[in-house]
Amino acid sequence: MADVSASGPILLTTADGRPLKEALARAQGQAKRRAFMLVLPLLLFIVITFLWPIAQVLHQSAYNPKFSDNMPKIGAWFAANPIGTEPDEAAYAALAEDLKAAAAAKTVAVAGERVNYEMPGTRSLFTAGGRKAKTLEPPFKEAVLAMDAKWGDPALWGVMRQVSSAYTTDFYLAAVDLERDPDGAIVQVPENERVYVNLFLRTFAMSAAITVICLILGFPVAFLLSVLPMRYSNLLMILVLLPFWTSLLVRTTAWMVLLQGQGVVNSLLVWAGILSDDGRLEMINNLTGTVIAMTHILLPFMILPLYSVMRPIPPSYVRAARSLGATSWTAFRRVYLPQTIPGIGAGGLLVFILSVGYYITPALVGGASGQLISNLIAFHVNKSNNWSLAAALATILLAAIMLLYWLYDKLVGIDKLKLG
Amino acid sequence: MALPIYASPAERVWYYAFRFICAMIFLFLIAPILIVIPLSFNAEPYFTFTEKMLSFDPTGYSMRWYDLLLTHPNLPTDVPRDSSWWAMVWKDAAWVNAAKNSVIVGFFATILATFLGTLAALGLSRPEMPYRRAIMAILISPMIVPVIIITLGLFFFYSSIEVNKWGVPYLGVIMAHATLGIPFVIITVTATLSGFDHSLTRASASLGASPSTTFFKVIMPLITPGMVSGALFAFVTSFDEVVVVLFVGANDEQTIPRQMWNGIREAISPAILSVATILVIVSISLLATVELLRRRSERLRGVTPH
Repeated sequence: MADVSASGPILLTTADGRPLKEALARAQGQAKRRAFMLVLPLLLFIVITFLWPIAQVLHQSAYNPKFSDNMPKIGAWFAANPIGTEPDEAAYAALAEDLKAAAAAKTVAVAGERVNYEMPGTRSLFTAGGRKAKTLEPPFKEAVLAMDAKWGDPALWGVMRQVSSAYTTDFYLAAVDLERDPDGAIVQVPENERVYVNLFLRTFAMSAAITVICLILGFPVAFLLSVLPMRYSNLLMILVLLPFWTSLLVRTTAWMVLLQGQGVVNSLLVWAGILSDDGRLEMINNLTGTVIAMTHILLPFMILPLYSVMRPIPPSYVRAARSLGATSWTAFRRVYLPQTIPGIGAGGLLVFILSVGYYITPALVGGASGQLISNLIAFHVNKSNNWSLAAALATILLAAIMLLYWLYDKLVGIDKLKLG
Repeated sequence: MALPIYASPAERVWYYAFRFICAMIFLFLIAPILIVIPLSFNAEPYFTFTEKMLSFDPTGYSMRWYDLLLTHPNLPTDVPRDSSWWAMVWKDAAWVNAAKNSVIVGFFATILATFLGTLAALGLSRPEMPYRRAIMAILISPMIVPVIIITLGLFFFYSSIEVNKWGVPYLGVIMAHATLGIPFVIITVTATLSGFDHSLTRASASLGASPSTTFFKVIMPLITPGMVSGALFAFVTSFDEVVVVLFVGANDEQTIPRQMWNGIREAISPAILSVATILVIVSISLLATVELLRRRSERLRGVTPH
């Protein structure tokens, strides 16, 4: 024990004589490490199966070595000569040698594909060039141009210069409907090729619409559940949770069955005399079908957060407002509604975030007009094989979602997320 | 919410109108799921109720679409259904194989997600955990990031390490599904631990229990309900997942959702509805299990439903 009568600051120590402050810090450090060790295995797992793949998406979006790896000599010529240099004999010699080497390695089509992304219609030029490359003799300029006069196109040389470096922002430009002209200036692509900006806008507009519809449908239901006695609301809650637990494909299939031309809804309307037999509504394979099916799928994600906010609101507040002379509308608007704002925020953000990235439902019931940005990402992976553009589109989408997620964490707190 | 006696006539009308609106919304939620059940027994290859079905004529109903699930183009159709026929079905029928694959992938993904997720949730719910909020945000993010972006990343990652050539079947899909299921495990287990009384572990230690005894005898029984419902969520996530399987799964790794996806894209037949019906019944039983677990957990923790 420290001597109480001694002057100066008292140094508290533990039983074995170490200063108390140090011992406490050590014990706390140990507890921290122990807690962290429990989380570490999962953190490593997530890094390998989630964060690292996402990092690869980011990398792929700005890195494409298809041309630069297979055509190194022409790349060296571009590096040695500034923009605007007329391609001379040395340039054509480099091109011819690259074509020969790439043809021997069977990669000339890969290099051509990269140029083709920027300048459609050039893939065949490269594959044809690869086939004839063996026969090329100096002087190369005449020989290459004799092979196909398109090789002299300044626009082609501009594109080749652009793709000769593996790191590029081209794919981001393409993802927002921009491109580089032969002089290197950034311009908008021709009007009939502008796809992506509109698609992003459509995705966000549709998600906003779905969020609003979910709120309109979810609010009354959550309110009813929150004011009913527990045993009734638990029963009704099953009606909300069952869709939540049912397979997404099952629900999408169900809507396809319901909304088809010969489906249940149309048949019911015809039977009821609202529609004539040849006036059946087209509700599937278009925007309407996507919105209906996605609203159904995402509605539980709105109802559950709303319910968890509404349940603890004491009914006496509204009663007090009524007794002080408020009409029921005023009492709702001025007293009840403000207390539900956290639930509206949580549910709205959750539904919006989930719908922005939706893939399955639009792919199955979207038809041509109900496609979202996710479907185009999948298209570029599967069909057009332009992985870098897919990655650039995915990165832009990811950035938007991360922003919303950050907002959600600020406003609601990620640890407040509850299921069922 | 009973109607108060001072309610005006307009409020009375609104009271019943409101209930009607709510009933309609509940119908919107539940009807699509229930409608597939009777339609799956349709004797005709249509997606609407036939005259015979509406008049409850037994010939309007049949089990033919369920029967179709057990057959395969290569299987003989006219042999007696004895044990050797069933053995053949078990080995060759496409839907049966898809079900087996789904269960295998779901099982291992669930084990992985539950084990890692529970461990992490235990650490995260300790008050001394450093960077708690940031780490939690990272661990929950697989639920928020669109599955197409995760799939794209895994597509690049798996093709760079050539996971399909490692000789471990389903490995890539299992790891991906575990990642997708982990947020659910974390959320449910931390929710169970949120009311956890830490003096229980100290009491157990002071009574001479080793840390492992404390874990298995005191902590485990309390968090089991959360763990099991997290595991069920993880299993359902995997069982329902199609995008990852489509993009990174090998060709022979057909799961039920993938088979359904192909069926819907090519030619949707009522056979899909019979699968859907089976899946609805599975989800009803899972929901019932989770609900029972939740009640048990609340009873154990002494939290009364408010």
